[in-house]
Amino acid sequence: MSLITAKLTEEQIRQLKAPAQRERLFRTISYFSPILLLLLWEIASQLNVIDRRFFPPPSAIAGTAWQMIASFEIFDHIGATLRRVSVGYVMGAVPGILLGLILGLSQPARRVLGPIFAALYPVPKIAILPLILLIFGVGDASKFVVIAIGVFFLLLYNTMGGVMQTPQIYLDVAKNAGATRFQTFFRIALPSALPNIFTGLRLAAGSSYIIIAAAEFLGARSGVGFFIWASWQTFAVSRMFVGIVVISALGYLTILALEALERRFVPWAKH
Amino acid sequence: MSETAIEVRNLTKAFYDADSDRTTVAAYEVEFEVKRGEFVCIVGPSGCGKTTVLRILAGLESKLGGSIDMRSENPPAMVFQEASVLPWLTVRENVGFPLSLKGVSAEKRRMRVDELLELTGLTDFADALPHRLSGGMKQRVSVARALVDDREILLMDEPFGALDEQTRLVLQQELLRIWETTGKTVVFITHSVDEALTLADRVLVMSPRPGTIIADLTVPFDRPRDVVEMRRDKRFWDLTYEVWRLLASTSPERHA
Repeated sequence: MSLITAKLTEEQIRQLKAPAQRERLFRTISYFSPILLLLLWEIASQLNVIDRRFFPPPSAIAGTAWQMIASFEIFDHIGATLRRVSVGYVMGAVPGILLGLILGLSQPARRVLGPIFAALYPVPKIAILPLILLIFGVGDASKFVVIAIGVFFLLLYNTMGGVMQTPQIYLDVAKNAGATRFQTFFRIALPSALPNIFTGLRLAAGSSYIIIAAAEFLGARSGVGFFIWASWQTFAVSRMFVGIVVISALGYLTILALEALERRFVPWAKH
Repeated sequence: MSETAIEVRNLTKAFYDADSDRTTVAAYEVEFEVKRGEFVCIVGPSGCGKTTVLRILAGLESKLGGSIDMRSENPPAMVFQEASVLPWLTVRENVGFPLSLKGVSAEKRRMRVDELLELTGLTDFADALPHRLSGGMKQRVSVARALVDDREILLMDEPFGALDEQTRLVLQQELLRIWETTGKTVVFITHSVDEALTLADRVLVMSPRPGTIIADLTVPFDRPRDVVEMRRDKRFWDLTYEVWRLLASTSPERHA
């Protein structure tokens, strides 16, 4: 303990540390708050406040889930979905970030290419899925592509916005220090845009699961989306809910992981 | 000592705003010279174009007319106005930034950066991220970064403008100490008459927009200077009065 804190009383030190402890507590609670919703659901379903045929209690769903876990059936579907999402995500995110950097830094590029992306962006990704299935077939390639398209735009626009917000003074510093265009790109524009890039990554993670669910409804023989669709066709409501919970949990965990990464890589930004 | 390092002739700069179709002359026929190893301050009211002149010297802005001649081996280094410290780099990485761009080896870079951290009193903060530092510490980082690749000319754009008075006094004293050991040519922009007289060999006084040089005053104090003690000297206050009189005589508010 340093000399400066040695003069404080126990009570004062407790007071001093309280906000940090509160922050830790809230962070812990934030991981569990969705569980509260499940609890309400269970009670409502058990008391027949809601129709059990459509909303079986979470405990019944958990039972079904346990069978599927024990038989490893669920993991095949999770594996298929995760593979499609992660490959498609990377395929979309990398070019999205790179093009975002270019468009953010270069006004001519923005003028020329901007309108093209602005025209393509509003096209609903699900609406072009049949076209993509036609071109890339019903295999995984079509899933990669449709996710990549969705992810690409979110990262393009968020990265571009981040780069354009780079304070002029950082660019001046780079120029005065003798940075080349390439160095300005990766040593100034990229780190400066990182908080926005992470916003894009989080949004894109959410969209990826929306898109993959829809894509697996239509043209797949595996994956959580396919599983939900197949359960619907056999009116296996509990299994359907297992699928919904699983895909929601995947999205939630992905976003938690991205937030952890952000705290690690963007320690200077406020969270 | 009498060799010329910077020569500025008839420098004119204007800005054009297409939306309002207005032309603003920021600096008009600015002329001055700076000798090698000299410390020159340009003082003037805010908006007089002094920062624009400095940015043109740094090559960050283009001129409209006139000529500038920078007689040095390397381009000038700049210490910027606001927090120009890169928030994603540690103090050490910020100071070493110009060297890392040039691909100086990690070991050489480390040695040179250590020297500058020592010189600017930042050794204890070497691995901190800038958001943990005070304004004064951040400006020390900017100064260290500008010195790290040892360029001949140092351009300083109101580097201590945002600091409180005590911190500013401490940094002024340290800047003088560093300048005396390195012998750099310095052009220092400030709106503070007090700061200009404290630091400079010569003070150039600029008029309000369109800014032009209206006086070139020699500051007679001996080196090394003590920034506190020099305030006991009557000449300090005579010069303060002189500069204020010049600034007041050109103030647009006075004629309005």
